[in-house]
Amino acid sequence: MDFRDSLLQKARWRPWEFAVWAVAFVLPGLVPSHALMINEIAIVALFAMSLDLILGYTGIVSLGHAAFFGFGAYTAALFAKLVMPDPTVGLVVAVLLSALLGAMASITILRGSDLTRLMVTLGTALLLLELANKLDWLTGGADGLQGVVMGPVLGLFEFDLYGRTAAWYSLAVMLVLFLLMRRLVHSPFGATLKAIRDNRLRAMAIGIPVVSRIAVIYTVAAAVAGAAGALLAQTTGFASLDVLAFDRSADVLLMLVIGGVGWLYGGIAGAVVFKLLQNWLSAVTPQYWMFWIGLILVLLVLVGRDRLLKPWTWFGARGGSRP
Amino acid sequence: MNDIVLSATGLVMRFGGITATDNVSLNLKRGARHALIGPNGAGKTTLINLLTGVLTPTAGRIVLEGEDITRLAPHRRVARGMVRTFQINQLFDSMTPLETLALVVSQQAGLAAQWWRPLGSTAKVSERAAQLLEQFHLSDVAQQQTRQLAYGKRRLLEIAIALACEPRVLLLDEPVAGVPAGEREELLQTVAALPADVSVLLIEHDMDLVFSFADRMTVLVNGALLTEGDPDTIANDPKVKEVYLGHGAAHV
Repeated sequence: MDFRDSLLQKARWRPWEFAVWAVAFVLPGLVPSHALMINEIAIVALFAMSLDLILGYTGIVSLGHAAFFGFGAYTAALFAKLVMPDPTVGLVVAVLLSALLGAMASITILRGSDLTRLMVTLGTALLLLELANKLDWLTGGADGLQGVVMGPVLGLFEFDLYGRTAAWYSLAVMLVLFLLMRRLVHSPFGATLKAIRDNRLRAMAIGIPVVSRIAVIYTVAAAVAGAAGALLAQTTGFASLDVLAFDRSADVLLMLVIGGVGWLYGGIAGAVVFKLLQNWLSAVTPQYWMFWIGLILVLLVLVGRDRLLKPWTWFGARGGSRP
Repeated sequence: MNDIVLSATGLVMRFGGITATDNVSLNLKRGARHALIGPNGAGKTTLINLLTGVLTPTAGRIVLEGEDITRLAPHRRVARGMVRTFQINQLFDSMTPLETLALVVSQQAGLAAQWWRPLGSTAKVSERAAQLLEQFHLSDVAQQQTRQLAYGKRRLLEIAIALACEPRVLLLDEPVAGVPAGEREELLQTVAALPADVSVLLIEHDMDLVFSFADRMTVLVNGALLTEGDPDTIANDPKVKEVYLGHGAAHV
């Protein structure tokens, strides 16, 4: 049955995918001096992919996705400080609680327009930010939550100063969650999400329970974002208010714009490009790097990613469309 | 009564000061080929939206197979076999016809909550999708993005999606609008070839098609029921002639 083959073809692994992951896992060993950077990229890439689940695949816009990232970060940090220092258990707890928060928050985004969703998600994140600020007996407030000491990963691998264990730990968690998300987006469940994104009215008319689907994927996205936040807190041994800040929600949105939505690797590509740009520009022009990031984004959106990546199309004939 | 599948009683729908549906009652018999006609703005599409749950009526009651579904969510009505098509194509533009139909068939087979196995991995699903693509002449464009399809193909996909839902009650909102004349007959024949116990409610402007298809007709005017009867009665009804041909025409 050739139609069946071509359906299954889309879910199959491409050779370059294996290469990407192989490179990712070899890098911390190859360039230990950049392990901290790799760790950071893996974390924001995971965060970006979680946003893609709702934004790219389901068409739910959010300006406050950092709410779940930050909640995961504080949960993991507090768990390590108050309960036990084991990173794996802490991660699982952070994921579960973030999912719970996501399930509750999903009620606010089920109905209404994109504009309402932008405002409601932004509001939710601001709410959590202010809570974390005011509850300083618990979270350390504006000083951040200090004194978080992590135990070794799986009781075997101590976090080292170079951040190599951190990078591998984050990459491993990212890979596991990526595999799950990759399964999900290629499944019939994933197809129902795309159907909802494309045409909510018709999705209902073929019997898809639209509201519960959105609630479920919002919860899943919150859980994954919480995992990313937990990784940050665990690998840096610190959680501060900036994990909940608006900048973080905006940055992750920019990463998806750079890498492309509705494609899990878009989150990874966006995170790599964004972080490298940020790193490079802030070294070259420490005062003005935001200016250049802004300029690049404007160009990217105006020119289009495809054309930007294919310089040979810049000066070619435009099919007589020019007057 | 068992041979009435879908019954609407005293449906009223008001949008602010406008009454789009004005005390309409309608009974759809099992296996009926029932046509709903009326001039533009008569409230035909509003009635379909009420029946399928896109709109909730201001007043009135809808009963499907003996159960009150007036306030049931649209997707749950689909699960009970009530399926519609849209006057304006409502498709999944970024998906291919193949993916679309595989999704609809999965949904129908109760597999759409599966998140671990790829779409189409169940042989039954991909076979049925392929069969529908063949039946609706979509095989050659099955792998193209729906957004890029020509209008005629998009229209066929619109109908194919509805039939993939295995309807018990099918509501067709101007199914052949914009379909080339040659393909109209074939499309309606596909609908007519549905199992005899499937009930069809058809909205259509092409009177030749309506009269060749329907065994019962309801005429709506200004949101209200004008008359109901078999095609011969409707064709000779002076009130209907007046509505369609204007005042005085009935006396010609």
